[in-house]
Amino acid sequence: MTRISVTVDGVDYSDEVEPRTLLVHYLREQLGKTGTVVGCDTSNCGACTVHLDGRSVKSCNVLAVQADGHDVTTIEGLATNGELHPMQQAFHECHALQCGYCTPGMIMQAIDVLNDNPNPSEQEIRVGLEGNLCRCTGYHNIVKAVQQAAGAGAATGSSAGTTSGSTLGGEPV
Amino acid sequence: MTVTEERTGTPEIGNRRLRKEDQRLITGRTRWTDNIILPGMLHAAMVRSPHAHAMVTGIDTEAARKAPGVVAVVTGADVKDGQGAVANAWPITADQKAPAHLPIVLDHVACAGEIVAVVVARTAAQARDAAELVDVDYDELPAVLDAKEAVDDAVLAHPDLGTNKSALWRLDSADQGSGGDVDEEIDKARAEGIVIEREIRQQRLIPSFMEPRSTVVDPTGEQITVWTSTQVPHILRFLIAATTGIPESKVRVIAPDVGGGFGGKLQTTAEEFATLAVARLVGKPVKYTETRSESLVSGHHGRDQYQKLTLAATKDGTVTALKVDLIANLGAYVGLVGGGVPVLGAWMYNAIYKFRAYRFTVQTVLTNTTWVDAYRGAGRPEATFAIERLMDDLAAEVGVDPLQIREQNWIRNDEFPFTSVAGMTYDSGNYEVATARAVELFDYEGLRREQSERRERKDPVQLGIGVSTFTEMCGLAPSRVLGALNYGAGGWEHASVRMLATGKVEVITGTSPHGQGHETAWSQIAADRLGVPFEDIEVLHGDTQIAPRGLDTYGSRSLVVGGEAVVRAADKVVEKAKVVAAHLLEASADDLEFSNGRFTVRGTDNGIGITEIATAQFTSHNLPAGFEPGIDADATFDPDDFSFPHGTHLCAVEVDTETGQTTMRKYVCVDDVGQIINPLIVEGQVHGGLLQGIAQALWEEAVFDDQGTLVTGSFVDYTLPTAADTISFVTENTTSPSTTNTLGTKGVGEAGSIASTPAVVNAVVDALRPLGVTDVQMPCTPKRVWKAIQSAGSVSDAATIDSAQPHFDPGAPNQDAPDTGTSTNGAGQ
Repeated sequence: MTRISVTVDGVDYSDEVEPRTLLVHYLREQLGKTGTVVGCDTSNCGACTVHLDGRSVKSCNVLAVQADGHDVTTIEGLATNGELHPMQQAFHECHALQCGYCTPGMIMQAIDVLNDNPNPSEQEIRVGLEGNLCRCTGYHNIVKAVQQAAGAGAATGSSAGTTSGSTLGGEPV
Repeated sequence: MTVTEERTGTPEIGNRRLRKEDQRLITGRTRWTDNIILPGMLHAAMVRSPHAHAMVTGIDTEAARKAPGVVAVVTGADVKDGQGAVANAWPITADQKAPAHLPIVLDHVACAGEIVAVVVARTAAQARDAAELVDVDYDELPAVLDAKEAVDDAVLAHPDLGTNKSALWRLDSADQGSGGDVDEEIDKARAEGIVIEREIRQQRLIPSFMEPRSTVVDPTGEQITVWTSTQVPHILRFLIAATTGIPESKVRVIAPDVGGGFGGKLQTTAEEFATLAVARLVGKPVKYTETRSESLVSGHHGRDQYQKLTLAATKDGTVTALKVDLIANLGAYVGLVGGGVPVLGAWMYNAIYKFRAYRFTVQTVLTNTTWVDAYRGAGRPEATFAIERLMDDLAAEVGVDPLQIREQNWIRNDEFPFTSVAGMTYDSGNYEVATARAVELFDYEGLRREQSERRERKDPVQLGIGVSTFTEMCGLAPSRVLGALNYGAGGWEHASVRMLATGKVEVITGTSPHGQGHETAWSQIAADRLGVPFEDIEVLHGDTQIAPRGLDTYGSRSLVVGGEAVVRAADKVVEKAKVVAAHLLEASADDLEFSNGRFTVRGTDNGIGITEIATAQFTSHNLPAGFEPGIDADATFDPDDFSFPHGTHLCAVEVDTETGQTTMRKYVCVDDVGQIINPLIVEGQVHGGLLQGIAQALWEEAVFDDQGTLVTGSFVDYTLPTAADTISFVTENTTSPSTTNTLGTKGVGEAGSIASTPAVVNAVVDALRPLGVTDVQMPCTPKRVWKAIQSAGSVSDAATIDSAQPHFDPGAPNQDAPDTGTSTNGAGQ
């Protein structure tokens, strides 16, 4: 067992983990952060996407020990004081989710896409989300949500948006 | 006591309400089965057969039992008297052959992935580690994998059965009096008309819901509680009781939040029964959650049919007869409705066209592959694909536009209700209006113009336009029809409306949503019916204790059957409340009007709200004499007929004739799904369905190797489309209300996936028709498209390899070392 110290959604944790423990299993099983889910075993689906020091990672592809001393944000840490992150709000308003299983990872990745490029084209959004699978929506409304969030200035890391709005990217849908 | 204010606003039905479900899903507060943790809970891991067909000759569990944290290692022999069975609920013929399907095999393994033993341990990791230590000896048997080979019975999937042939089922329009003689019409067409004969391969698909299946069984307490990721909690409860001997009253099944199904969770599974068996054995709660790799090999697959089709028409392109011969691969076992899936397509090959004669025959066969059952559309996508491909071929044969040949043959809007040659009565529809709108949105003429320009200038990138004017039958289903088809259950649906003392309302539904948005849509229906605010309604579902009666969610049935049950329960509430209202208002019930949640005495301002009556019945201080306190009501709805949505789908695809690469340019669909409760939800259902259908056309295929090992056993190899693979769609609706339910709704859940596959393949073929290509087998990968181009032209396949790669020196590898010269063979699928 190895001791790690990780900040998750603003709370400091110090835990013993097996060195082979994946970050996603540490989050789900030791911290009870079940908002982050597992959808595959080959790092294809992206359902487990979280932010590690503000950048998206597939938490099935990171060992818990690699997160030692780092800052993790999950879907559960996005809303602040009961106020949804603009990306969460956009997913809701654009009906960008159906069963919702891919949604936590998709939202975390979408935020990362806008952090990289606050004003992406439709194609840039699509390529940016390529590592996250959704089986329900045909991606149509997910793309729309990211465009809406871009317009609302959601490119502000893991916390609620404060930057000025930018115009809708991409072509009309 | 507080009473919520009555609602006076606009109707909820038709409103683009944002979903109630979203809040928990976007904040990570969802209750997936795998999130559940119970005191003392243990974890199960499955030991699965790597062989497609084998006898188990020995299982050494010694090392696994000694592994850290292991509580039990359970084999089939340990639970052989109470593990139940994975049942088939629809024997399509009286003599259907269906091998016994045990959750944990006793000795015979009929497909790779079957459960041979279960390890129970303190943690999931310990269980999996120990599962690796279980040593199983197998005697391998020859495996039969392909449906056509299975028909010959040379190799038997189940030697005990003596044959691979499960059932032969036929529908003949002459026999049942719904049309003429197929053979006569085909003979006539051979002599003086047009006969088109095709064989189509419906490849095997994997539903690939995003949430892997998970089951938690708590055997402690008086009632066994089963949480499971299923579409069918009620059916599972019934079948647990029916096959294990546990009294039904001792079983509670809960489907908590379920992450997608698409038919893939319309099943009672070996994993559910195995988890139940081991939990009862160890007397502790046990959780089993599958890995994705397990899911892909052991969850049921979809499609996998060979279709032999003969279409007869007159010289001018008027269709006369259609003959369909199917071989359907059921895999190793006959699933819950597995044998019936091709039968569900039987009434839909004739689609929206006026054939005179029709015959459908299906031979279902058993093989040593993963079992096959419902996948989004279940039988109707196969039927729609076949007929829509044929109609395009007929148009090409006659030399007219594919839309023209369809219009020439479809049911006109003044002919509804229309009884088809297969014997189904379509209640309503308007193919003219939907098609006209789609043509306009698509800029059909503009794209046809561009197509001819590209053809003229011999552009290496050709443009194809695909048409699909589909209909389907859904809304399962009238119980009397299901009974006539020997299905093991009814098709009714149940709802309850509970009027709470504080003015809030609970709507209980027997449907079991897993992403569709029933909580939102049912709230809209009940809000309009009861005149209470949308926000004050809570929709409860997916728990056999809360919603004791129900037949669950599949076959686009929830709204057209379950939604109507909500309407009827709400109407009963109003009727009961009216009696109390009359009493409290000191008026005659006949003089009362009910509107926007208020009873008023006609011609006066005197009135009372329905939620006030809910409070009054709670206190019961002042009720009419003899009135039994309570205004809650139940209703069960059994429809008279199926639901027949339709639509026109148009697709433009660019095909690079040099590489075989296809790129979707535009997709327009105009669907008639009857009255729409929530346009936002309908659009979402169509988008998702479209992409699943497009994925069948272009990308997805489950492939086994010669030994029966699933080659596409992970998401690396089973290629689900990503956001980058697709485009934004244009969707609209026309409305001809259904007459089979009071809301006028039709099913929408499967429409997109039924319609889109032929639209895409028709587009690919349309692009290449001038090159002599008449078909491309699905999925239309670049390799297949390129080969179709090559084999259709005058240049033979062998001769094209050098000429197609002029930038390589002859004999030189096309990749850097370490290349062994085999790299081109593995490309594509």
